[in-house]
Amino acid sequence: MKIQHLVMLFCLATSIVTAQPVEVTDARGETVIIKSAERIVSLNGSTTEILFALGLGANVVGCDASSTYPKQVKEKLPSVGYQYRLNAEGILSLKPTLVIGRADVKPPQVVEQLRMAGVTVLLLKEPRTFDEAKQRLRTLGTAVGRQAEATALITALEKDIKTLKSKLTARKGQAKLKALFLYLRGPQTAFVLGRDSGPSAMLTLVGATNAAGKIKGTKPMTAEAVIAAQPDVYVLFESGLKSIGGVEGLLKVPGLAQTPAGRNKRVVAMDGLYLSGFGPRCGRATLDLFRGIYESEGAFVAKGQ
Amino acid sequence: MQNRANLLFILGSLLPISLCVAAGVGAYQILPWHIPRVLLFHKDGFEVLIYVRFPRVILSAIVGAVLAISGATLQGIFRNPLADPGLIGVTAGAGLGAALWIVLIGGGFLGIWGVPVAAFTGGMFVTVGVWKIAQMQGRVLTVTLLLAGIALNSFAGAGIGLMTFLADEEQLRSLTFWLLGGFGGATWWMVAITLPMAIIGAIVLFRLARALNVMSLGESEAYHLGVSTESLKRWAVFGVALTVGAAVSAAGGIGFVGLVVPHLIRLMGGADHRYVLPGSALGGAILLVLADLFARTIAVPAELPVGVVTALLGGPFFLWLLMRFKKEAIYD
Repeated sequence: MKIQHLVMLFCLATSIVTAQPVEVTDARGETVIIKSAERIVSLNGSTTEILFALGLGANVVGCDASSTYPKQVKEKLPSVGYQYRLNAEGILSLKPTLVIGRADVKPPQVVEQLRMAGVTVLLLKEPRTFDEAKQRLRTLGTAVGRQAEATALITALEKDIKTLKSKLTARKGQAKLKALFLYLRGPQTAFVLGRDSGPSAMLTLVGATNAAGKIKGTKPMTAEAVIAAQPDVYVLFESGLKSIGGVEGLLKVPGLAQTPAGRNKRVVAMDGLYLSGFGPRCGRATLDLFRGIYESEGAFVAKGQ
Repeated sequence: MQNRANLLFILGSLLPISLCVAAGVGAYQILPWHIPRVLLFHKDGFEVLIYVRFPRVILSAIVGAVLAISGATLQGIFRNPLADPGLIGVTAGAGLGAALWIVLIGGGFLGIWGVPVAAFTGGMFVTVGVWKIAQMQGRVLTVTLLLAGIALNSFAGAGIGLMTFLADEEQLRSLTFWLLGGFGGATWWMVAITLPMAIIGAIVLFRLARALNVMSLGESEAYHLGVSTESLKRWAVFGVALTVGAAVSAAGGIGFVGLVVPHLIRLMGGADHRYVLPGSALGGAILLVLADLFARTIAVPAELPVGVVTALLGGPFFLWLLMRFKKEAIYD
């Protein structure tokens, strides 16, 4: 009996602790006071994924169009649309107590309108490194009162990072492969991701060279530049590969067949959110990317499910 | 004449109705007849109405009105049914101003006002450029004005294209958001800044109605009938640049309204500008208020781009009017 009482008391105490207002730091270094995480609208895919991974999926009442994981998100949650085309009233109609998104949501006035309406808005920087990814997990865990779960996610992430590090050490001295990150939406819309462009940071993490490293940002792809770059492997989103008709279709795009990657049909296709989200699965994603680039032949597809 | 007065009366009573409907309906569920109670007693939803929905509805009415009057004026000046408010370069210039700001300057300087201010400046700059190029020995030929407008439009378009190429992902998103236009970012501040410019510009343009009527006979005929065509053109370009510059800076590029609403009004009641200008103002406001209502409620809690909706709502209606009236030859 006594132990049960103690347990109940402990539960009560922790629930009070988590219900207390907490303070976290947002992307601009300002302190945001979070009073309630009871109804959350998530404005970006990796935030949604993290909230579900923290066991708080039931509190998420709405998400944006980029929220694709876990599966039940798409089926059950109302979408507030594209995170760069938001409208305040749509979000408010879900009666959120907390709205979480990237620092660059559009239009910026929506954030102002939400705050005017008394909703707490937490905008976080999109991570580009493991450290930033861990930091975001920690911040979100604190924000929604799930520090313990966040710590567990970070521990799991660190384990994956360790595995990756040992793989990288084992490869030391061997030549790095040149990977070209393609962003495709059908044959007419083809871009390469150069340096400082979101997901291309993943290439560096797995010890590959960005074949478009001389280019800054996302730029339209030209056939001759692709051939000149001589990439060993193409990396792209699974949806992009599908949009072009698989590996067969990809190699019909001018320029792509005339490189080592094209001749050997070396293609790594991964789910967009999995590959570029820097969420709880980012350690696994780098391992998959490493496997795809260095440990497989032909085409490699990873959905991260 | 009676007919036109009636039409204006009908449009004039439809505007407050559409404003009320738009203010009463939205993603956030508040029953329309509960609104007075919500407003009086600060009930649940008070902030949504005051800070989000009302400024949005009012801004869309202002923008719709000025785009339509400006379109009507330019169609009158150029005696060309295809003229739209962007023709004198103000829309493309505003787009270029916004693009230059987002890509080359950006940052927190001026905060959320940076882009609208840059857009307005860009719009004015390009319009003045069009005017200066068209000017010859103190006179502005309508046809040169038209051609200079087309030239600088494509130049500004190329500039925007260059900026989209240089932009990184985040800048590109800001840019496309802005170029597509919409009322998602409407605030009272925006209303407060846009409204005075819209009123001043509208007064300027309304006063040109009689001269525009004479102008429809031809420019030299108008001149010989005692209309100062130079000052007419100057005031028209000034009024259009001011109002459209303000509208575009607040809401981005919204097509269709400025081109088609004046035609709708002419189809219904004839081409007298004393009727077409106020009619267009009312019609443009009604169309854009309803289009925005549709845009923000059809895909709740997300929203459609309002430009898509204006074309979707206005297009079939315009065609229907065209079919119905073409036999009566009101339209030549």
